[in-house]
Amino acid sequence: MKFRVLQNISNSWMIVSLCIILLIPFIIGVVLYSKSIPVFEITSIDQLLFSSTWKPTQGLFGFLPFILSSLYVTLISFVLSAPLCVLAAIYLTQFASKRLVLIMYPVIDILAGIPSVIYGMWGILIVVPFVGETLAPLFNLNSSGYSILSGGIVLAVMCIPYVLNMLMESFKTVPMGLVEASLSLGASKWESIKHAVLKKCRTGIISAFGLGLAKAFGETLAVMMVVGNVVQISGNPFDAGYPLPALIANNYGEMLSIPLYDSALMLASFILLVVVLLINLFFRYLICKTQRK
Amino acid sequence: MKNKNTIEISNLNVWVDNQYILKNVNLDIPEHQITVLLGPSGCGKTTLLKSMNRLTDLYKELKVTGEICIDGDDILKSKRNIYEIRQKMGLLSQKPYPLPVSIYKNIAYGIKLKGIKDRKLLDYNVEKRLKEVGLWDEVKDRLHSSPDTLSIGQQQRLCLARGLAVKPRLILADEPTSALDPLSSKIIEDLFKKLKEHYSIVVVTHILRQAKRLADNVVFMHYGEIVEQGAPDQLFTNPQSPELKKYLVDGN
Ligand SMILES: Nc1ncnc2c1ncn2[C@@H]1O[C@H](COP(=O)(O)OP(=O)(O)OP(=O)(O)O)[C@@H](O)[C@H]1O
Ligand SMILES: [Mg+2]
Repeated sequence: MKFRVLQNISNSWMIVSLCIILLIPFIIGVVLYSKSIPVFEITSIDQLLFSSTWKPTQGLFGFLPFILSSLYVTLISFVLSAPLCVLAAIYLTQFASKRLVLIMYPVIDILAGIPSVIYGMWGILIVVPFVGETLAPLFNLNSSGYSILSGGIVLAVMCIPYVLNMLMESFKTVPMGLVEASLSLGASKWESIKHAVLKKCRTGIISAFGLGLAKAFGETLAVMMVVGNVVQISGNPFDAGYPLPALIANNYGEMLSIPLYDSALMLASFILLVVVLLINLFFRYLICKTQRK
Repeated sequence: MKNKNTIEISNLNVWVDNQYILKNVNLDIPEHQITVLLGPSGCGKTTLLKSMNRLTDLYKELKVTGEICIDGDDILKSKRNIYEIRQKMGLLSQKPYPLPVSIYKNIAYGIKLKGIKDRKLLDYNVEKRLKEVGLWDEVKDRLHSSPDTLSIGQQQRLCLARGLAVKPRLILADEPTSALDPLSSKIIEDLFKKLKEHYSIVVVTHILRQAKRLADNVVFMHYGEIVEQGAPDQLFTNPQSPELKKYLVDGN
C-alpha cells in the first residue's frame, strides 16, 4: 500500500517535471509573441520581416538587415567549421593514436567551456586585425575588420568543440568489424571510411550540424564584439553586419524611451526563437528521412 | 595425392608489448578443404585469421613477423597491392556487418572496387552470388532495400555472398554461426560443404560437434601456439596432447 502511494507520487512528479520542461519553451514563445503585438498593430508582418528600413524614431521597423546578417554569419561559420570538424573527427577516431585522443578530449572540453566573452576578446585582438589588415587587402577591399567574416570565423571556432564532440561520439559507435569487412573486400582505408563509417553515421552527422547551426544562430556576445553592428544589407562579407541577437543585447534597456521599441525587440527575440525552432525541425526532418532510407 | 596448399604460414609471430599472441605458428591451409581452428578463448584464433588478411595492420600496437605465403608470395613483405591480396580472401565475422547500403550494393561493393561498373555484369554477379548462398529467392524483390530488414541469419549469408563476389581463393570464417539460430547455422554449414569444391575454407569454431561435422583438417591452438593438427578422426578419437584431451572433455 505504502509502496503504491510512493509509486504514484513519483509517477506524478515525473509527469510534472516533463510538463514543465515541455511548457517552458511554449511559455517563452507565448510571452514574446504577446509582448510584440503592439508593433504588429501598426505594421504588417510582411513589412516587419521583409523591409530593410530601420528607423525606430519614425516607427519604421524592418528586420530584414538583422535576419540576413544572422543567416550570413551562421552560414559562414558553418562553411568554415563543418569540413574541419568532419576531418578532425575522422582523424581522431580512425587514425590517431590512443595517446593523442586522450589528450584531445580535455582540450575539446576546455574549448567548449571557454566563456564567449573570451572568444570575443580573442576575436577583437586577432581575428579583426587579421581580416582587416591581411585578408581584405588580398581582395583589394577596404575593411575595418569588424565584419560579417570576423563574426563567422569567431562563431566557427566556438562551434567546433560542440560539433566535433558529437561527430566523434557518432563515429565511435561504428563497430570495428564493419571497417574490417569493408577492408577485407579490398577497399582502402579511405574508401572504407567513406562508404562504411560516414554512411553509417549519416544521422549523427546531420544532428551534429543541426545543433551547431542552432547554437551559431543564437550566439550573441562574441559575435556582437566583432561584427561591427551596422544596420545594412550587403553581400560582401568584409562589410559590417548586425545580427538579431546583437540587436537585442545592445539595445534592450537603453532605447526604451522610443515608442514601440521594446515591442520591436520582443519581436526580434520571437523571430530568433522561431528560426532556431525551424532549424531544429528541419534537421529532425532530415534525420527521419535518412533513417527511413 | 598430396593436396596443394592455398596458404603456407611459417614462423609467424604476433606480439604486443613483449607479450606473444601468436608464437612460432607453422600452418598449411590445403586447397579445397575445410580447416577448422579450435582452441580455448583468447588463444589467438581471431588474430591468426586477421594476420592472413593483414587486418592486423589496423592495430598499430601489434607486431607481426614471419611468413604468410599465398601463391608463393609472402603477403607480409609483399610490395604488391594489399587490396588485391585481401580480395583473395573472403572474411566472415562472428556477427554479420552488412555495409550501410542496399542489399544489391553490398554485393556489388567489392566488384565495383575492382573497377567494374558495367551494370549488366553487376546484375549478373549479384544474382549469381545470392543464388550461391541460397538467398536469391528470399531477397529478389527487395534488392534495393536496406539489409537491416533481413534476419541475422540472412545477413550472415549476405556477408558470405558479398565476400564471394570478389572471387576469393579462401574463405576465412571466424565463429560464423555463433550469433545464429540452429537452422541458420545448419544452412551456413551446408554452404561451406558445398563451397569447398571451389574455395579453401578456414573456420574458427567453439562448437565441437560443428568441428566434427565440417572438418577435413583440424588445428588445435593453445596460448598462441599450435599444439596439434591432423585429420579429425585421429585428433578427436586419439588426442595426443594433454591440452587437447582436457579441451575435448570440457567441451563435451
Ligand atoms: N589489438 C590488440 N591489442 C592487445 N591485445 C590483443 C589485441 N588483439 C588481440 N589481443 C590479445 O590477443 C589474445 C588473442 O586474441 P584473439 O582475439 O585472437 O583470441 P581468440 O582465440 O579469437 O579468442 P575467442 O575465442 O574468445 O574469440 C587475447 O588475449 C587478446 O587480449
Ligand atoms: Mg575470436
